[in-house]
Amino acid sequence: MAISNVTLAGLTRTQLLETHYKMALLRRFEEKAAEEYTRGKIAGFMHLYIGQEAVGVGCITAMRPDDKVLSSYREHGQAILKGMDPGVVMAELFGKITGCSKGKGGSMHMWSNELGLLGGNAIVAAQLPIAAGIALAMQYQGLDTIVVCFFGDGAVDEGAFHEALNLASIWKLPVIFICENNQYSMGMAVEKAWAVDSLLPRAAAYNMPYEQVDGMDVIQVYEAAKRAVEHTRSGQGPLLLEIKTYRFRGHSMTDPAYYRTREEEQQWRTTRDPIGIFEKKLLDLDLATQAEFDENDARAIQAAEDAAEYADNSPDPTLDELYTDVMVDNSTALSFRYERN
Amino acid sequence: MRTLTYRDALREAIREEMQRDERVFILGEDIAGYGGTYAVSKGLFEEFGEKRVRDTPLAEEVITGAAIGAALGGLRPIIELMTINFSLLASDQIVNQAAKFRYMFGGQPEMPLVIRMPGGGGAQRGAQHSQSLESWYAHIPGLKVVMPATPYDAKGMLKAAVRDPDPVLFIEHELLYNIKGEVPDEDVEYTVPLNRGEVKRQGQHVTIVTYSRMLHVTLQAAEDLAKEGIEAEVIDLRSIRPIDIDLLIDSVKKTNRVIIAQEGWKYYGTGQGLAALIYEYAFDYMDAPIQHVTSADVPMPYSKVLERAALPNKNDIVNAAKAIVPAALVRA
Amino acid sequence: MKTVEMPKMGDTMEEGKILRWIKQEGDQVKKGESLAEVETDKVNIEIESFASGVLRKILVPEGKSAPIGAGIALIGAADEALPAELAGNGAAGKKPETRVKEGNGIGYAAQNVAQQASVQVAPAAPGQERIFISPIARRVAEEHQLDYQQIQGTGPNGRIIKMDVEAALAQRQAEVVAPAVRAVPSPVEIPVPGPAPVAVEAGEVVEIPLTTMRRTIARRLGQSWLASPHFYVTSVIDTGKLADLRRQINEYAEKDPAPVKVSFNDLIVKAIALALLRMPQVNVSFAEDKLIQKNRVHIGMAVALEQGLIVPVIHDADKRGILDIARESHRLAEAARTSKLHPEDLIGGTFTISNLGMFDVDSFTAVINPPESAILAVGSITPTPVVVDGQVVVRDRMKVTLSSDHRAIDGATAARFLQELKRLLEEPFGLLL
Repeated sequence: MAISNVTLAGLTRTQLLETHYKMALLRRFEEKAAEEYTRGKIAGFMHLYIGQEAVGVGCITAMRPDDKVLSSYREHGQAILKGMDPGVVMAELFGKITGCSKGKGGSMHMWSNELGLLGGNAIVAAQLPIAAGIALAMQYQGLDTIVVCFFGDGAVDEGAFHEALNLASIWKLPVIFICENNQYSMGMAVEKAWAVDSLLPRAAAYNMPYEQVDGMDVIQVYEAAKRAVEHTRSGQGPLLLEIKTYRFRGHSMTDPAYYRTREEEQQWRTTRDPIGIFEKKLLDLDLATQAEFDENDARAIQAAEDAAEYADNSPDPTLDELYTDVMVDNSTALSFRYERN
Repeated sequence: MRTLTYRDALREAIREEMQRDERVFILGEDIAGYGGTYAVSKGLFEEFGEKRVRDTPLAEEVITGAAIGAALGGLRPIIELMTINFSLLASDQIVNQAAKFRYMFGGQPEMPLVIRMPGGGGAQRGAQHSQSLESWYAHIPGLKVVMPATPYDAKGMLKAAVRDPDPVLFIEHELLYNIKGEVPDEDVEYTVPLNRGEVKRQGQHVTIVTYSRMLHVTLQAAEDLAKEGIEAEVIDLRSIRPIDIDLLIDSVKKTNRVIIAQEGWKYYGTGQGLAALIYEYAFDYMDAPIQHVTSADVPMPYSKVLERAALPNKNDIVNAAKAIVPAALVRA
Repeated sequence: MKTVEMPKMGDTMEEGKILRWIKQEGDQVKKGESLAEVETDKVNIEIESFASGVLRKILVPEGKSAPIGAGIALIGAADEALPAELAGNGAAGKKPETRVKEGNGIGYAAQNVAQQASVQVAPAAPGQERIFISPIARRVAEEHQLDYQQIQGTGPNGRIIKMDVEAALAQRQAEVVAPAVRAVPSPVEIPVPGPAPVAVEAGEVVEIPLTTMRRTIARRLGQSWLASPHFYVTSVIDTGKLADLRRQINEYAEKDPAPVKVSFNDLIVKAIALALLRMPQVNVSFAEDKLIQKNRVHIGMAVALEQGLIVPVIHDADKRGILDIARESHRLAEAARTSKLHPEDLIGGTFTISNLGMFDVDSFTAVINPPESAILAVGSITPTPVVVDGQVVVRDRMKVTLSSDHRAIDGATAARFLQELKRLLEEPFGLLL
């Protein structure tokens, strides 16, 4: 089999293999995180990205490094893709001081000023107004940085979704709203929740362009994202992408997923795995070999192992960290005038 | 010194800060061409233009979220929510987002945000327009909550709030916008700290802790009490969070008796919060239990007579003082 | 051989029950396949395998529970040897991963930094009725060692408030400083409290029930006598120049718009005040483990009344002029006689003067008025023959005796104080300067 040097969607072979690696990394990282959760190393709520890798990889590959990303609580993927070291992400999951939020945030609250990952939010849809505001700041300061805001199908029903799209539209804010529609908001199937089964009318209601994308095909996601980024960066305002995907696991670690059948899950896993789809595409086009895929996968497994080991060996936050970072000036509820013991 | 209204003092503060720092901008419902529901931003749109003076749709949640995002993105927004009653629609953004970002993201976000809104009642606006909810927000670590009562303090504290790196809730009062007070001349640059109260009147028989509109009611009550020989020390708390606790303790050590005079409801309110602290820090100096002068524990009625009865007035304060200052102590 | 552990499938889960083994011993297992159905506290959930191989041994049978982290099965190669010991129900399983060590509760300890010097509160003795007293009232009472149980409270519920304690203190002052007349300062036995019952014939004596005042005096002075080792230093003062100065002052004061008569006692009060300024070691109180140095000078003057003795206080005597002291002492004496003294007039004294000169007493020693540490007993002014330059002349002389609490004041200090006082009284111009 000869290796072709054709580009696919403008990506070279190296870039395509890199894309594959990123998806594998996300997959193996999440699997490792799940394992560590069952061992009690990670607690609270944890929401896995397994099955949705193509969405994050496709979108973020189309962005500039200085573009800002906001996400929901299902954010490990976006964090790693924005460049956060998997060890730092895992350490945050373990609640260690070396985590990106010093262990104070956990799975749902990750942030990095340098990388432009601005949360993580545990309140569904709360990130949309904030994303609009950050876009406003970019516009106000005359920057051509754009903001990409990820949210799920559940967020679409919150008032904040509508308010944010409307505001972004009337002020032509440089923000891309990306709905990762994985068909279920926790246990609520999207067919039951949405009065209309596509987001097109909602985008139209707010006078913004809309595209629906097959989220299991990373190339399609990438190309749609590229179009969106160009649109918004050129000053034409916001738009809404609906990327249809599926999560292979439950909503969170504690969800036994009674609301769907095992057969449905199996069906998606075996026939609609984004990594499998991408691998098949590359093999069909002679752009890569199985050996290269296996090598990527092995690297990804190792990276996940390394991340877990790093997190495991990291120290907990010291107790004085309990009181830091509440306010910039470290003020508290009481403002004393005199020294106290 | 000049005499300015509270409203004009606020406007001057906003103007001066906008002139001083390009990153400062204001947003809210009807603040641009309309000049603001309470005319605080009148004239600012004409001066600064629509980039920096923005009318928003009627959508408290997104405009508060957008202000949060703008602050995170490097700007210094002052958002006007029409009243504190409507802030409930934005309370997730205030409580779950603004207050918590810095902490849960490990100290990385910077959010220099000012949320201005009037609270309180007394203008027959009915139950949903007349609430005093400062204690709800003052309960939350991660927020600063201030309530200036005079034009001098309003201007000085608003300027300080804009320059403060943390989210500040700046709670005004509908019935304060027209009151007049002394403010330094225009060329005098000053701020008032966001963590200090002030003794507005000295006295040795009883300490009355108050804030916002009730400061003026309390000062009138103090005049009435003085005629009967009771000298009240009136403390304008100014900052609901953080609390200037030593100011309160020093006064309690002097007078041994405390009244807390507030608008708003009694149970789980600001007064009870302050009282608990005073008991905690100054128990050994107390000669009587703390007296609470508050609004009646009902939604605010519309009827003029009922509303007046629901709100605390100066006689309530006078009676509270007489209840705890022994007559024998007072010499005519 | 890999051990399959009971996984944590929820943050409140502590153990799980195996409902059904999906794979059986000897089955091939691929990583990711479901192994068993487990019942947790909230839901039933299928657990997946993290290893591939053959399910060699089930450690926890269906229907049995195991805690999180306990081994429930073994997966390995088909021909791998099983480990020697196999606990029946997974009890030998590894303990769950490190739980966060319980430290000291941060929530309460660190938050509650209210550090006020807490006043020791004596618990009410069992069987006693509850006494209501405000915190500041109790604090003041304890500071002055006043037993507040006898006080009638004027606050709500009969609560004793600060004003009541201050009034009681004032009354106590009134009964104190009885110049316990001891003509000879010889070492005395410590009096044993409580009188010995004496057999009496009817009619020989009259029993007078003690007033509260007398009871208080007896207890307080008895305690004071037991607690402070008194010693006495006497000095003889030549009062000639003092008398001259007094005459001159009174000539002037007569013509003052508010005329006042200055007495010898007024001048002595001023002299004491100045002497205390210069010798603050006398202006102290002894408290069990420290000396309390008073920064201000408040001089109590004993005033004899029909019903007893009262000691009103001239506050800040050092800062007052002589005329002011005279006016104040007149006011206080008058108020004392007409029972119009205010509580403030009776509290805060740091030193007391007792003058029995008008009773023609040569000298006497007084009992210290606690919590002060000294008291001056002033005798009468008597013409006395003295030797000056070899000649016998007659001079007016006055004896003053300082009683001092030896726990706080030593002999030399007392002597130096008297020396200073003598200097001030014999060269009395210093009183004006």
